Amino acid sequence: MSKLSEALASGKFTFTGEIGPPKGTNIAPALHEAEQFLKDCCVAVNVTDIQTAVMRMSSLSVCRMLVERGIEPVLQMVTRDRNRLALQSDLLGAAALGIENVLALTGDHIVMGDHQGSMPVYDLDSVGLLAAMTKLEKGTDLGKTIKGEPNVLDGVPKFFKGCVVTPCTEEVAPQILKLEKKVAAGAQFVQTQAVYDPAAFEAFMKRIRHIKVPILVGIVLLKHAGMAKYMNANVPGVIVPEPIIKRLAAADKKELRKVSVQIAGELIRDMKGLCHGAHIMPLGWDSEIPNVIAAAGA
Amino acid sequence: MIVTKMKTLKKIAKMLGGQQGVFIVCCGGCPDGFKSGGLGKGLELAAALGEKGVKATGVAEIEFLCNKALAGIKLGRHAGEFRAAGAVLVLSCGVGVQAVASMTDLPALPAMNTISMGDRQGLWPGAERCRQCGSCMLDRTGGICPITACSKSLVNGTCGGTKNGNCEVDSRRPCGWLLIYKRLEALGRTKELLRMNTPRDHRKYDFPEAKRRSVLYALEFAEQEEAAAAEAKSKGAGK
Repeated sequence: MSKLSEALASGKFTFTGEIGPPKGTNIAPALHEAEQFLKDCCVAVNVTDIQTAVMRMSSLSVCRMLVERGIEPVLQMVTRDRNRLALQSDLLGAAALGIENVLALTGDHIVMGDHQGSMPVYDLDSVGLLAAMTKLEKGTDLGKTIKGEPNVLDGVPKFFKGCVVTPCTEEVAPQILKLEKKVAAGAQFVQTQAVYDPAAFEAFMKRIRHIKVPILVGIVLLKHAGMAKYMNANVPGVIVPEPIIKRLAAADKKELRKVSVQIAGELIRDMKGLCHGAHIMPLGWDSEIPNVIAAAGA
Repeated sequence: MIVTKMKTLKKIAKMLGGQQGVFIVCCGGCPDGFKSGGLGKGLELAAALGEKGVKATGVAEIEFLCNKALAGIKLGRHAGEFRAAGAVLVLSCGVGVQAVASMTDLPALPAMNTISMGDRQGLWPGAERCRQCGSCMLDRTGGICPITACSKSLVNGTCGGTKNGNCEVDSRRPCGWLLIYKRLEALGRTKELLRMNTPRDHRKYDFPEAKRRSVLYALEFAEQEEAAAAEAKSKGAGK
């Protein structure tokens, strides 16, 4: 059984981390960081799936390498690159490889990445992918036999199904409607987009009180003030409040990492009472994850 | 109206691959109407190729190359220009190029690219778009099409990529699902968005065979069917 699902069910505040596969075959650094810094303090580690549409090693293979190192992975799956045949096929493969946690995402559009002329697939959307997982768990799939009857699987997978939501988006009502659909389609946990405003997060959590699945608030480490400004200008649904930008800008260059960790820790501390865990996206600063958790007082 | 765009002179020259004589056929239909092709553009191309040492044996405009019966008769009047050329350069959409290719043994080369109509079929410019997906769901989306209005053609609602009300893919383009939400909110019908929409059936993108026979290829099939009917009748009479 998924340790992530057990941890969330126990009611304990749960941490998940994240690594990105390499562009190339040199997997050693990512695995080293996961073993060194994430293994002990995170219940599970997300592995991104061709994030921002920049071609990289497959999430599935890196997830398996984590399993072999005693680290529980969360397989991120976007619907941008594979049709329903390939997605279901990889889901069965994931189950066979001992991967249970799957996070369903639509995926950044191909024009955001480094293969802009490639074909965007989106055969399923995130709701459709969750529905597909639920179907597979029931021993059938999205297809039909020649007679028009449901297919019967030889061996049935079991998943712990996750999805995402953007709490600080400018129009939150359509996000909530979609979250309701994701949960109806089978989502069992939620990891959010980065949140930097505890008050806005509290308001969001109030609005989704009727949705009974554990929520892990998203924390992205801010490496410097410029990154915060860039996110405000360019990343949809992410708002870094001015006081945080000022703190980063005022920080001594040598102290920047420490300040960044401090900010992340404080955010988690402020939002701990509102949700069930935190999903920390270190963007390369994996070694800081233990420090963030310590700063959060966990 | 089918939308076409001239290939660059460099691309055309490369395609000709050292061919010295070329007959230029210009479709007088959509490329002329769209001002992307037509006789004028064909003459310009002939002059430009001339500077590169490629001789045009002739430049002819044929109204609607897709009308194969008429195009065949009209092209027949240019037998000399065909004979003197090593290739035919066609200024038309892909249909016209294929129509010419079916009428000559010379290589028929596309001088233009046929580009997407951008989901617009009507001749009058407008904001509405339709991709002919075959699974219309406008009843569920307040009369705004998510297939064309959403960059990802999502069927179950917004992704997280809305910025200032616009799409992350193009900051000048409104988020389609936000438009849908706003419309339904104004109508007091946002609950409709909770309906689960199943993945689309991509077979429906294909034009059905029956319709193809009855509408698009009517002229071509009519003759075949008449001939087959006549043959069947004569066989029946022979018995």
